[in-house]
Amino acid sequence: MIRVILPAHLRTLARLHGEVKIDVARPVTVGAVLDALEAAYPMLRGTIRDQVTRQRRAFLRFFACEEDLSHEPPDTLLPEAVVSGAEPLLVVGAMAGG
Amino acid sequence: MSRVRVLVGTRKGAFVLTADAKREQWDVSGPHFGGWEIYHLKGSPADPDRLYASQSSGWFGQVIQRSSDGGRTWETVGNKFSYDGATGTHQWYDGTPHPWEFARVWHLEPSLTDPDTVYAGVEDAALFRTTDGGQSWHELSGLRTHASAPSWQPGAGGMCLHTILLDPSRPGRIFVAISAAGAFRSDDDGVTWRPINRGLRSEGIPDPYAEVGHCVHRIAMHRSRPGVLFMQKHWDVMRSDDAGDSWREVSGGLPSDFGFPIDVHAHEPETVYVVPIKSDSEHYPPDGKLRVYRSRTGGNEWEALTNGLPQRHCYVNVLRDAMAVDSLDPCGVYVGTTGGQVYASADAGDRWAPIVRDLPSVVSVEVQTLP
Repeated sequence: MIRVILPAHLRTLARLHGEVKIDVARPVTVGAVLDALEAAYPMLRGTIRDQVTRQRRAFLRFFACEEDLSHEPPDTLLPEAVVSGAEPLLVVGAMAGG
Repeated sequence: MSRVRVLVGTRKGAFVLTADAKREQWDVSGPHFGGWEIYHLKGSPADPDRLYASQSSGWFGQVIQRSSDGGRTWETVGNKFSYDGATGTHQWYDGTPHPWEFARVWHLEPSLTDPDTVYAGVEDAALFRTTDGGQSWHELSGLRTHASAPSWQPGAGGMCLHTILLDPSRPGRIFVAISAAGAFRSDDDGVTWRPINRGLRSEGIPDPYAEVGHCVHRIAMHRSRPGVLFMQKHWDVMRSDDAGDSWREVSGGLPSDFGFPIDVHAHEPETVYVVPIKSDSEHYPPDGKLRVYRSRTGGNEWEALTNGLPQRHCYVNVLRDAMAVDSLDPCGVYVGTTGGQVYASADAGDRWAPIVRDLPSVVSVEVQTLP
């Protein structure tokens, strides 16, 4: 099971409490996790990746094991600690304010 | 006894305000979708409990919500707005070609007859339609691919299609307005379009009388007389008596003819409401007084409506989609402000009172009159 932690607004949108656990077939990549997430929670389609371009939304980031994977290609393999469920994949909204 | 339901979109969520026909005691529900920008929500004329809402965020993009119980519960529906075919370009602020990019839905206009059919006006300017209750959206691309489209430019708020009017007497006739391209009309259900801007005069564009390029802020019609249109342009209040084929100015007597919303009394087709704003660089009322102006003569003779509205130190704005009328008798008029107030008048504008004072900045106000 892959653990995913979403920003609060996306948890509300998907009616989720806490982190998400989803099955993802190997090889486990960022793109595969997002595909599985969107399949399980269709209301999240378009909120993390643009529906048309499939590009990550500019104000979101993907972190795992203290690494920023945001700029890696979607077929990048996730760390084994994420694949094993020891560590979550974090979808993080950019901080904003002033 | 009849009731009214006021649908309020704000920068941080949606609110549903309900009252009986007296319109004195209000129940306030919300925020729905707290923290998200709600540019617009509107109910189906064919099924008043069917509502649609445009929910968006700079972080998470566009979401469309649908309610089948008058706003008590909501479900997400389709949010894929994909331009049809080659995207093409419009002009950017610096005059260079810029590809069409979807940003958000500004306005949702449900069909007059089918609760599952809704039109969506989007930024960058285009018109989409769903016929399955919002599950899928398809562009009516004849508008975006109009021969003039490569010359369209965004206004300061983006290049948005913000107004959609459906002609109740002539199925297939649709009016839209785009900032800053102008007004357009289709007579074949959105397949082909033509600009309807003759008579508009706009400083700030190379040809003040150009066919396109005008910053139309809002157009309105009365259901009983859809060939007569009223327009609040960037500057100037305008009127057309021939479904937009020609326009004439009817601003005479207003303290400023800059503004955003315009609407028509539910039972008096010649009674029109505007909210004058000081100027395009000072988006607040003249003299710090929030005044709705009413013409009972279809324009050019305007009276200030001030009773119950703040008449000192008021520097809020009323955005283009933030005025609406109900269809009770007497007609109710509603305005929402960027200061978070929603003011209501239950007597066609003679007296006003706030329903709520401290919402987030109000973007849109719609009203449903319920049996």
